[in-house]
Amino acid sequence: MNGLQVVFLLAALVSLFSAAMVVSARRMMHAALWLVLTLMGVAVIFVTLQSSFFAVVQVLVYVGAIAILIIFSVMLTRRVMEDHGDQILPGWRAAGLVAGLLFAIIVGFLALWQGFTTMLVELPADADNLLDLGQALVSPQGYALPFELASVLLVAALIGAITIAVDRKEDQHG
Amino acid sequence: MVTAAQIWEWVIKSLIIILVLTGGFAYVTLYERKVLARIQARVGPNRAGPFGLLQPVADGIKLIFKEELTPAGADKLLFTLAPVITVIPALVVTAVIPWGESVTLFGKTYTLYLTDVNVAILYIMAVTSISVYGIALAGWSSNNKYATLGGLRATAQMISYELALGLSFVGPILLTGSMSMLEIVRAQQKLWFIFLQPAGFVLFLAASLAEVNRAPFDMPEAEQELTAGYHAEYSGMKFALFFMAEYIKMIAVSMIGATLFLGGYLSPLTMLSGLPVIGWLFASGPHWLFLKVALWLFFMIWVRATLPRIRYDRLMQLGWKIMFPLGLVNVIVTAAVIVLAGG
Amino acid sequence: MFEDYLPLLVILALAVLIGFIVVLLGVLFGPRRPTPRKMAPYESGMVPYGPGRRRMSVRYYLIAVLFILFDIEVVFVVSWAVVLRKLGTLGLLGMLVFLVVLEVAHLYAWKKGALEWD
Repeated sequence: MNGLQVVFLLAALVSLFSAAMVVSARRMMHAALWLVLTLMGVAVIFVTLQSSFFAVVQVLVYVGAIAILIIFSVMLTRRVMEDHGDQILPGWRAAGLVAGLLFAIIVGFLALWQGFTTMLVELPADADNLLDLGQALVSPQGYALPFELASVLLVAALIGAITIAVDRKEDQHG
Repeated sequence: MVTAAQIWEWVIKSLIIILVLTGGFAYVTLYERKVLARIQARVGPNRAGPFGLLQPVADGIKLIFKEELTPAGADKLLFTLAPVITVIPALVVTAVIPWGESVTLFGKTYTLYLTDVNVAILYIMAVTSISVYGIALAGWSSNNKYATLGGLRATAQMISYELALGLSFVGPILLTGSMSMLEIVRAQQKLWFIFLQPAGFVLFLAASLAEVNRAPFDMPEAEQELTAGYHAEYSGMKFALFFMAEYIKMIAVSMIGATLFLGGYLSPLTMLSGLPVIGWLFASGPHWLFLKVALWLFFMIWVRATLPRIRYDRLMQLGWKIMFPLGLVNVIVTAAVIVLAGG
Repeated sequence: MFEDYLPLLVILALAVLIGFIVVLLGVLFGPRRPTPRKMAPYESGMVPYGPGRRRMSVRYYLIAVLFILFDIEVVFVVSWAVVLRKLGTLGLLGMLVFLVVLEVAHLYAWKKGALEWD
């Protein structure tokens, strides 16, 4: 086993374990923090896939922005700020059954898939995925249209957030 | 394949970085107290050792033997973890900053940087965005109104100014065409980027002060209304960790700023001659980086002694309504000039 | 490639270690004599009133949402900046369209008062 495999296995174990903790932690704040650890593990897996750009963006956007939003949302909910009792979904057994079935189906399909055993191809030393990415973003042959549409999507998200949050004047003690 | 010798080299370099940062932290506290005292026509600490040089040691020993309190109703695990989570990003953020090109010791050549990655600036931004967590968690886990409010304020302030900070990085990237810190320093051989990016420099200066919660942006820990902000309930070594993180972050932003805008480890003489300068004192090397960092720190302390604190609503408006649009305009103008000038 | 990132894992591990050692130092050498008075949350010497963690203002949530959007914008700008020289005018225009759309969003938030703290 080489260093790459060791790092991959550790990162995969950490992200799987913390993902399990996200759904089983009793307090919502702890669940949110386990989610942060899961996302960090995924970032390390991106590094082992030689995709450093996605690794740092994973940390920057998911850990540094989206998880912060989740933590803020947890602080916004009244029940958690007071910590009364457990917060367990009433139908968790049924949910567990469905999740288990889905997992079995995915594993079944993966077992049939041929690409599962493909080895990682070493990129040539002069390959710079960063340059390719920047070029693909704005060239019309690449992803120019999705890139511009992404800005429209972001605008829509912003309008939604403002509609939800701005016009309420009663939540003003913080 | 990675050899054992390589791993040892990384461990030793990492230890050197961490030791310089923690040792730097101890003496930046003394530096700050001395400079502030001088500005206010006082003498400053001068009892422990010659010129008060042993003062940081005395402070450290005192803090080790202090009682640590965990307030009733606190989330004990998070309360203990928060200071550790705060100090980790501060210690690792400068890992991509080169201290020089290379040095030959005992017949072997060593590079004067831990690693040179092609996403260095995104790495710095990512680590900066993580540093919000320790502060938010410290505030939340303390079960104290001041601490919760201070943590929330600090978090909102840091994420708001992260945008302006990120945009101020774009100027040097555009001029260099690379995100590697080593490439950015090498591109400043003829002219430091502060002369090509004056607006970006000012933007970085202001946003970095807000990012490390320094005066005049130290609202999250305003003594008069929040007692001490997010670390109100901390004492002993846990408090020392927050203090350490704050001062190491000061050193880190000075290092990053010096590397992006002031030529990093380059000697200023290379700008005049365009030639490599001979003589170790005048030649480029880590000592130039440290000198620039020391000057930058002096500036931060000077600002603290001079400017009053900005009100919180003004502070958020400054970030969102002035600095962020200014950063965008700077990016567009720089990009347009580069494209029109033909690269 | 992957080897360039291993040193970052090394320094991360060392930083974690040092953080825990410092906490441990305080635990080992500090005295521990808790009293109920001492453990009470600090409220400037007054008897603590009400819960320590209150619901925060929805403003903070809004700031976090705005931050996500514009953080993604900054990430795109940074990765575009690396290759601008190769892209030329077309690259500049492509990014301008993107920035103008998001600036409309920024102005909308501004007009709606989402950036005010009252």
